[in-house]
Amino acid sequence: MSAGALLAVNGLVAGYEMGVPILRGAGIAIHGGEIVALLGPNGAGKSTLVKAIAGLVPVFAGSLRFDGQEIRGALAHTLVQRGLSFVPQTENVFTTMTIDENLQLSGHVLAKSARARQIAAMYGLFPDLERQRRLVAGRLSGGQRQMLAIARALMIEPKLLMLDEPSAGLSPKLTAAVFGKLAEIRKTGVTILLVEQNARAALALADRGYVLAEGQNRHEGAAPALASDPAVAHLYLGSSVATAL
Amino acid sequence: MTLQFLADGLVMGAMTALGAIGLTLTYSILRFANFTHGDLISWGAYLTLTLAAIIGMVLPSGSIGPFSFGWPIVAAGLVAMLLTGLLALALDYLLFARLRRHGTAIILVIASFGASLALRSLLEFLYTPSPIYFSRELQIAIPLGAGVRVTPDQLFTLGLTAVLVGVMHLLLTRSHIGRAMRAVSENPALAGIVGIDVAAVVRTTWLMGGALACAAGVMLGLTVQIRPYMGSDLLLPLFAAAILGGIGSVPGAVVGGLIVGLAESLGVQLIGANYRAAIAFLLLLLVLLLKPTGLFGVRP
Repeated sequence: MSAGALLAVNGLVAGYEMGVPILRGAGIAIHGGEIVALLGPNGAGKSTLVKAIAGLVPVFAGSLRFDGQEIRGALAHTLVQRGLSFVPQTENVFTTMTIDENLQLSGHVLAKSARARQIAAMYGLFPDLERQRRLVAGRLSGGQRQMLAIARALMIEPKLLMLDEPSAGLSPKLTAAVFGKLAEIRKTGVTILLVEQNARAALALADRGYVLAEGQNRHEGAAPALASDPAVAHLYLGSSVATAL
Repeated sequence: MTLQFLADGLVMGAMTALGAIGLTLTYSILRFANFTHGDLISWGAYLTLTLAAIIGMVLPSGSIGPFSFGWPIVAAGLVAMLLTGLLALALDYLLFARLRRHGTAIILVIASFGASLALRSLLEFLYTPSPIYFSRELQIAIPLGAGVRVTPDQLFTLGLTAVLVGVMHLLLTRSHIGRAMRAVSENPALAGIVGIDVAAVVRTTWLMGGALACAAGVMLGLTVQIRPYMGSDLLLPLFAAAILGGIGSVPGAVVGGLIVGLAESLGVQLIGANYRAAIAFLLLLLVLLLKPTGLFGVRP
């Protein structure tokens, strides 16, 4: 499964404190062009997994291969240069900087002409942001801030875009707008790893999915199969099945 | 009452501003109040003095134009700015970086307090506690009208401060490193995620802060005197200026420095020199009570 994968995570043991692992042998594989959803109940370790991939959480054991190279132990900022982009769940834009400055800053690894081209492309994808390009990001609404966070992450033309619960705190309407954008972004060929609580929306968008529980893999498979699997629904929601799926 | 306090206050304020810029930058990026900043000012002055003595053996040591100092001090000052920056980096490497990994802000503050004592005592040991001067030459003050007189050295201090502040402002607002510093100051984790080498930004901050502290020390040495306590005695006005301007804001540190300098020299004229230190303290208390974010601050 993981041969030739863009991202291959195997037997990952990771956590914030030595001896207190949150992930206990989790593994995923993502191929170029795919959208993969990472699901699971609260505390399953979904966020920890993407943060570990992004170089933000210490890894105690296991391997992380991205684009053919081992990235375990690499510093967060060096992963960006390799084409790995991450949108954290909260505090994902610089609130004291303008929209323009946020994009400029994220594009600093690019040459000047490429940066200008990418900013133009981002404003094409998110026209709302262009209209307010001189506005300080701290004054944006929750939905717009999420859009800026995604635009910011796309600045480097990433090989893999990882999003940690992009729908958290958003209304159903704004959630739909964010997922609509992700569908647009997939058409440009970006590979996406999506962590979500909103399993139904995530599986509707994704090709495949993984379900984590207690830091380990529980289920995996094609998105439609997972969406209709009662065992997944049970694990995900405990007794009150069905409402999220 | 004469307007002389304006000239004296601006000169003192300029030096306070230069020191406060470094303090406000390290405070906003490393998130702790660095008590060694005052000693970086003293070390900058002593390093310049020592280097100038060495350079003076090669370069002609006569003074430049109306100023009390010659080319050796200018050359020595430039080299000392780099060395003071490196001293700040060395302190970070040996002490602060290690504590940052485990400790909280209060541990760093107390550690910097200890380091400050050590740095100061080392200067007393190496150079004795008695004051020294860059030059014994007497400067004739130039009358500017309205009873205000300034020495050429004081004018030089004001001019150099203006240049350094201008360079810093451009650097922080127009360059990538400036944007990166603002990014790390707001959110270090996100800065890493967007591809900024946070450790490199921290190193740059120490270098800049150390270099500016050295410049302030040389100016203080030129216009007042050089003592092992010169910098640590300035610490309270520095904090008052940085907090008054708003932590993290370079224009704020400059405005804060000038206000503190002017308030001090006005206070000296109105109340007496004995109360100089109390004035910065009073300003600091007022700002913390009335507007803790300072004039240009953003974060609470």
